[in-house]
Amino acid sequence: MEHHEPERLSPVQLAAMRRSFRNGRASLTRRSLLRASAGGALAVGGLGALSGCGIPAAGKTQGGTSAEDHSAKEKTVNFSNWTEYMDVDDSEKHHPTLDAFARRTGIKVKYTEDINDNNEFFGKIKPQLSAGQDTGRDIIVLTDWLAARLIRLGWVQKLDPANLPHAYTNLSAQFRNPDWDPGRAYSYPWQGISTVIAFNKKALDGIEVKSVSDLLDNPKLKGRVGFLSEMRDSIGMTLLDMGKDPEKFTADDFDAAIARIQKGVDKGQIRRFTGNDYTSDLTKGDLAACVAWGGDIVQLKADSPDVDFIIPDSGYMTSTDNMLIPNKARHKTNAERLIDYYYEPEPAAQLAAYINYVSPVDGVKPYLAKIDKSAADNPLIIPDKVMAAKSHSFRALSPKEETAYEAKFAKLTGA
Amino acid sequence: MSTLTEAPPPLDPTVTKTPENKPPRKRGRLTPYWLLLPGILWLLVFFALPMLYQASTSVQTGSLEDGYKVTWHLATYWDALSEYWPQFVRSVLYAGSATILCLLLGYPLAYLIAFRAGRWRNLIMILVIAPFFTSFLIRTLAWKTILADGGPVVGALNSLHVLDVTSWLGMTSGDRVLATPLAVVCGLTYNFLPFMILPLYTSLERIDGRLHEAAGDLYAKPFTTFRKVTFPLSMPGVVSGTLLTFIPASGDYVNAELLGSTDTRMIGNVIQTQFLRVLDYPTAAALSFILMAAILLMVTLYIRRSGTEDLV
Repeated sequence: MEHHEPERLSPVQLAAMRRSFRNGRASLTRRSLLRASAGGALAVGGLGALSGCGIPAAGKTQGGTSAEDHSAKEKTVNFSNWTEYMDVDDSEKHHPTLDAFARRTGIKVKYTEDINDNNEFFGKIKPQLSAGQDTGRDIIVLTDWLAARLIRLGWVQKLDPANLPHAYTNLSAQFRNPDWDPGRAYSYPWQGISTVIAFNKKALDGIEVKSVSDLLDNPKLKGRVGFLSEMRDSIGMTLLDMGKDPEKFTADDFDAAIARIQKGVDKGQIRRFTGNDYTSDLTKGDLAACVAWGGDIVQLKADSPDVDFIIPDSGYMTSTDNMLIPNKARHKTNAERLIDYYYEPEPAAQLAAYINYVSPVDGVKPYLAKIDKSAADNPLIIPDKVMAAKSHSFRALSPKEETAYEAKFAKLTGA
Repeated sequence: MSTLTEAPPPLDPTVTKTPENKPPRKRGRLTPYWLLLPGILWLLVFFALPMLYQASTSVQTGSLEDGYKVTWHLATYWDALSEYWPQFVRSVLYAGSATILCLLLGYPLAYLIAFRAGRWRNLIMILVIAPFFTSFLIRTLAWKTILADGGPVVGALNSLHVLDVTSWLGMTSGDRVLATPLAVVCGLTYNFLPFMILPLYTSLERIDGRLHEAAGDLYAKPFTTFRKVTFPLSMPGVVSGTLLTFIPASGDYVNAELLGSTDTRMIGNVIQTQFLRVLDYPTAAALSFILMAAILLMVTLYIRRSGTEDLV
């Protein structure tokens, strides 16, 4: 695609502009589009081919979890990531941070952007991992709850701390001890995601939005409020608004949060539950305010000045996308070296400047300030103390809870 | 087709006894089967086997952690149906409305292309098919821009008070069209319209023009000619067009996902959610089977009624 790019803009502005034209992890319609296309085949063609006959118990991997490590012989690593979740140079063909890694270590990274949706990707790798086979991937990047599920099922390998000196030292305190992977034995965050409330000033026309309660109750917003189809984000924000702690809620609290949102659905207050596609609705003003992801908002703000966000007083939800090494991966050591590389402040800063999500790396700020001063001061990229104090994460769910809660949430969203 | 159904050559002992003639005759008899083989294999691997897996999945119980076992738990079907019947009914209603709209929009157009377009015929045909050059998703997303709350379409409908009527009918809510049933039906109609027009066109185009002349000679008015001659002769097109529209539309979920809201979710959305999100594979499989059975039943009744079994 060719775009007219004025020469006066700074490299960072150019990058932001280019990014807004594409879709991906850091873009406008990735979740909706790809979820739709992924599921399409299923709904139309029947689910049979994927579901399998007499599905064996997941998690009982035959023949151990590790494969022979070919790292020394094969100087390569297969890295599967979300689309548009990596820095790209001006020619759009090279990833500068990955190239620098290859130059330094001699390890060539085969970088594939084949993760578009957590649920869909789980469906994709499940057959191999449950059969104890190699997926052909050495690093995969998955959101907290799915990373937790893979760890629970025993489908990912324990990391070797000896290969992760930078990661161990530089990981932000905020992300060190999730209850689903204490001490980060299996996973390291790629980027953090903040869930906030976004709004369109023009569409609000003076209506004040400060909390989830405003979204659910203000009659002036009827039919112009969006929630996220990601259960943990929508329920988490509602729990916080109700004064409950998403890290320690009970089944009753969950039901209460569902009932609270259900009222909004019944009243016609909530227009839609969306994936990333809320971004276009928000810029157009079809949505006046919605629960949204911080990384998207940083970019939207650059393009449409009417869009802004607030952090409710009750707090906001934080989650991470995590790097994991699946069972039977052929290049475990190479993969660990790559994970560690992204915890050096310099590559981490380069990455953060490009993709605008929360950097999980301590000490990245001065390096980021050198590339892009405004990004370094943006609390959505480098959370300040005030932000960090308000951050909450969703507790890990047991398999039973997960099924029951997802079913209840699905019912809330209409199916 | 004629080569496949041709009767084998008569057995003439004087000719067939020679060894040179034997192999070709044998090969000739097997030819139809060889020709069928790729299709049959394809169907077996990509249709029959998945259907079997799916049937098996629908009567399994278990969980991701403990695995799923076939327990012949048929109650899944009943539970799925009693839980999600509103979405089933909605799917049939939306797909039915879209099919009727497609027929009302598509018939005049197909008629025009077949009888009146003259040298514009090819151009109009290309225009009918042209939207298919872009992806289904892009086409559906375009409707989000067309029907945007502050957009000209909604503005016009509003000032003409059309939305008051549709709102009263429960097809829209307030003064918006997006995220309402109307938007979903519009999307379905638009996306499946060519599937209606093409079969209609083919069957209309085949009608012998002399029949119209004959009807005129017998003092039939143009409308009578249409009612008694043209329309009955185009029935095969009507039937295949409505089937090609209704069947995919009732399983569609993209339109409901992008243009709809919580109260417009169709059965396709439920199946997707159950399979990918809730990981309730048995329910998802049971729902797919119920959908298939329902469509099969409706289609059978429909074809019986329209009396065109041999024409479709």
